[in-house]
Amino acid sequence: MKLSFRLNDKAIALECEPADTLAEVLRNTLNLNGTKVSCEVQVCGACTVLVDGVPVSACTYLAYEARDKNVTTIEGLEKSDGTLHPLQQAFIDEFAFQCGYCTPGMIMSAKALLDENPKPTRDEIIHHMDGNICRCTGYVPIVAAIERAAEVLAKESKK
Amino acid sequence: MSAEKKTDFQVVNHSLPRRDGRVKVTGKAQYVADLKLIGMAYAKVLRSPYAHAKILSIDKSRAEAHPGVHCVVTGFDLDGINPYYGHAVKDHPLLAIDKVRYAGEPVAAVVAIDERTAFEALELIEVKYEELKAIFTPEEAAAKDAPLLHQRQFEAGALRGFEGEVTAGKGSNICQSHKIQWGDVDKAFKEAAAVIEGEYYFPMTYAYAMEPYVAIADVNDQGVTIYSSAQHPFMVRHDLKSVFNLPVSSVRLIVPFVGGGYGSKSYTKIEPLVAACSWKAKRPVKLQLTVEEAMLTTRSDDAFTWMRTAVDAHGKIIARQAKIMMNTGAYAENSPLVVEKSTNRCVGPYAIPNVLIENSSYYTNTVPASSYRGFGCAQVTLPGESQIDELAAKIGKDPYEFRLANAAKPGEEFFPGMRPFDGTLKQDLETAAKAVGWGKPLEKNHGRTVAVSGSDAGAYPLTSTAIRVHADGSVTIMTGSTELGQGSHTVLPQIAAEELGVPFEKVRVVSSDTAITPYDRSTGASRTTTLMGSAVLEASRDAIQQMVVMAADVLKVKPEQIQTVRGGVRCGEAQLSWSEVICKFYALPDGEVIGRAYIRKSGKFSALPVFWEAAATGCEISVDEETGKISMEKLATVGDVGLAINPALAEGQDIGAATMGMGIGLFEELVYEGSQLVNGSILDYRLPRFSDLPKQVELHLVQNQDGVGPYGAKGGGEASLNSMAANIANAVDQAVGVRIRQAPLTPERVWRALKEKKSNMANRG
Repeated sequence: MKLSFRLNDKAIALECEPADTLAEVLRNTLNLNGTKVSCEVQVCGACTVLVDGVPVSACTYLAYEARDKNVTTIEGLEKSDGTLHPLQQAFIDEFAFQCGYCTPGMIMSAKALLDENPKPTRDEIIHHMDGNICRCTGYVPIVAAIERAAEVLAKESKK
Repeated sequence: MSAEKKTDFQVVNHSLPRRDGRVKVTGKAQYVADLKLIGMAYAKVLRSPYAHAKILSIDKSRAEAHPGVHCVVTGFDLDGINPYYGHAVKDHPLLAIDKVRYAGEPVAAVVAIDERTAFEALELIEVKYEELKAIFTPEEAAAKDAPLLHQRQFEAGALRGFEGEVTAGKGSNICQSHKIQWGDVDKAFKEAAAVIEGEYYFPMTYAYAMEPYVAIADVNDQGVTIYSSAQHPFMVRHDLKSVFNLPVSSVRLIVPFVGGGYGSKSYTKIEPLVAACSWKAKRPVKLQLTVEEAMLTTRSDDAFTWMRTAVDAHGKIIARQAKIMMNTGAYAENSPLVVEKSTNRCVGPYAIPNVLIENSSYYTNTVPASSYRGFGCAQVTLPGESQIDELAAKIGKDPYEFRLANAAKPGEEFFPGMRPFDGTLKQDLETAAKAVGWGKPLEKNHGRTVAVSGSDAGAYPLTSTAIRVHADGSVTIMTGSTELGQGSHTVLPQIAAEELGVPFEKVRVVSSDTAITPYDRSTGASRTTTLMGSAVLEASRDAIQQMVVMAADVLKVKPEQIQTVRGGVRCGEAQLSWSEVICKFYALPDGEVIGRAYIRKSGKFSALPVFWEAAATGCEISVDEETGKISMEKLATVGDVGLAINPALAEGQDIGAATMGMGIGLFEELVYEGSQLVNGSILDYRLPRFSDLPKQVELHLVQNQDGVGPYGAKGGGEASLNSMAANIANAVDQAVGVRIRQAPLTPERVWRALKEKKSNMANRG
C-alpha cells in the first residue's frame, strides 16, 4: 500500500505492507539505520522516534499510523551545516554513552522532554526517561547531559 | 612498579571526548544489524521445547517447499564440516545433533528471502522427540543416578587458556574442577578465635547487551567471511577454521561497532550456525536473534558456595575454605576458565596464610553459561565480602578497619605463584569510606558499607599491533581490540598521540578485521588498555626508531646524531616533522612507516595475572521495613587503575559496572521453573532503570602508576561490579539486622527475612 508522511522535514512517499512497523520502514526501506531495535516490545526505548513531536516506539508503531504526520528520527537533528543539536553535543561532552546502541532512542526521548518542558528537574528527567534502558552508563552521565542540554537551549532561546 | 613514572602528559590522562562520539550521537555508527550484503538471505532458528530429549526425526520437506525458503538446515545435514566447536572444550554442536540438552537449543534453521518468510516456515518443520530425564541444578547433576548430558569425551579446545584436563564426558556431569590450596586449613580453623560459616547462592544473570547477537556469514570459494557482534574475533576465527577445516587465512571475521558485550559476546556464539546456513544456502545469510533468543544463548554461571573464614585473636584473617558448585548449563563455553577464576577470586585481595578452595562446574539442562563481566568474581565476592563484615561484627571491629588491617599490601605476594599485588587497597578503601561518609551518624533503617574485590585479570598476554604513520603525519592504528563502548577507539589513539607527538584528532583506529588487523587474543578481562595499550606504545616507539634512521638518511648523518623532539626530529639546526621525514625519505608526498609490536608472556608480562584488578565500592542504603524494598541512597566507586589514560572513560566503566552489580544485588535473576526459563524476556527480567539511580553518586580513581601497562596504567571496568551484591547484603544487615546470603535481595526476600526475624524474637520473648 502507499504511504506518505514527512520525515525529518522532507516529504516521503513509498510502498509498504500493512504489517510493516515504522522501524522496518525506516531501517529496511529507507536505509535509515540510526533508529535501533532491541526489545521489539516497546519496553527498552532504543527505537524511540518522534511522531508529531510525541515519542513513540518505532518497533511496534505501525508505519501506516504515521501517514500524513511529521516523523523525526535521530538523522533529523543535525543541522545542514553540521552543527549538532545541543542534546547530541551534550551527550558527547558528558560521555553519556558507551556502546551507543541506546543513544539515538535516548536522545529522541530527551528531545521530547525538553521540547515540552525546557527546564526539567532531575526527578522530572528520571521520570520521563524511565522507559529508556541503557546497560553501559548507569544513567548518571545521561541525566547530566540532559541537564546540560537544557541549559544550552535556554541560553540559545534568550539570544 | 613502572620504570617510567612520567607525569607531564600532553594527551594521555586527559578526559578527551570519545572518537566515536559524533557517529554515535547522529545514528551513523554501524553495527552488524545495520549491514546488508548483496544477495543476502535471512535465517530464523527453530528451538527445542524440551530440556533433554532424543531427536528421533526431523521432517523439513514442508518448510523447504514453502515459497521463499532457500533451505532448512538441521543436525542431520552437517556431513562435510566439523559441527562441534568450543575454544575450551569442543562439546558444542552448531545445531543439536541426536539430542537436545536445554529448552531453547537450536534444532533447525530456515534460510529464506526475508525474516518473515523464514519465521513462517519454522512451524512447518516437524521434529519428533523422545523426552529424557533432565537435571537443572549442580546438586541434581552430581546425584548418583543423574542422567549424563554428554556421553562422549571431548577434545580440548585449542585455546583453553586453562591447564586442567578435560573432564567433560568422562562419566560424570562435571564440566571442570579446580582447586587451590596452601597452608594448613584444618589446623588454622581449630586454632581460630572466631569463625564465620555460611551457604550462599549467586543467581543466573543475563548481561542484556542492547544489541542482541547478530551475524552475517558469506561462505564461498574464497573461504568464510563473517560480520559479527563478537568481542573476540580471533578466537571465533579459530573455531570457524576448525569447523570448515580451512587455513586461518581463509577465515575472516569483521566486527564493526558492538552494541554492548559485558562478556556475553566473548567467544563463539551464533557464528558457526550462520556460517553453516550460508554454506548450505550458497549465499550470504544474516541471523539476528531477538532478545528472548539471546537470553537462550548465554547467561552467567550461578553458584552455590559454602564458605568459612577464620580470624585469630589479633583480628588477622588466618584461613578461608570454600566448596563451590557452579551451574554451567548444557555446554562448556568458557566455564572452565570461569571455574578457575572464581576459585582464585575467593581469596579476595586479602593476605590469608591458609586457603583451600574446591570448585566444580556441572553440566545441566539449562542455557549454557559463559563469561559475564567480572568473570566468576561476583559469584564468590558475595560470600567472601559478606563474611568479612560478619567476622568484623563477631570480633567487635569496624568492618572498614578490619579490611584495612587484612588487605593485601602493595608488592605483597599474597597469592602464591602469582604476580605480587600491584594495587593500593588502603587508599581505595579510604577513598570509598570517605565518599560514603564513614563514621557519620546513620538514620534508622539505613546501612552504610564498603567492600573490595581483587581479580587476576588481563587474560593471557598475546597481543600485536601495527601503527602506520602516513606522509602527512596522520596515523592509523591497526588493532584487533574491539570497540564495545569501553572506549578503545579513544584510549589507543591517546597513547599513540602521546608517544608520536601528533594531534589526537589525526590518529584513527581500524579495528577487529582478522584479515587486516594484527592478532589480539581477546577484548575482555579488562585487558585492552594494559596489553593493547602497551602494544600501541611499543609500536609507536618502533615507528619513531625507524623514522630516526630515515631522518639520518635524509640528512646524511648517523642515526646517533639525530635527536627526537615532540612530533619529529632535530639534528643541529635542522628540524623535521614526521611528515617531512617520510616525504623526504620517499621523495614523494606519500608513503608510510609501519611500527610494530608483539606482546607475549615475557618480560614485564611474564608473571600472571597481567595485573590485579582492584576496586572498592561503597554504598548507603535504606530499607522499607513494611515492603522490604531497598533504596540506594549513595553509591561510590573507586577504581584502582594505575593511571587513567582517559579518566572520564575509566569512571564511566566503573559506574556502569557498579550499576550492573547493583542490579544483581537488588533484582536481576534468571529463574527456572522446571525445564523452562520463566522470565526469559525483557518484560520479565528486571534491569536497572533511570528510576533506580542512587540518590548520590561519587566516582573516584586511584592513580599511583603502579600497573604494568602504559605509563603505569592497568585495567578497570569489572571490579566495581564484583563487590556490589555483598555491599548490599552487608548494608541490609546493618540497616535492619537480617543476614541474607543470596542475591538478588528482592523486596520479597528482605521482607521474609524481616518477618522471620520478628517471629524468632517473639518466640524468644
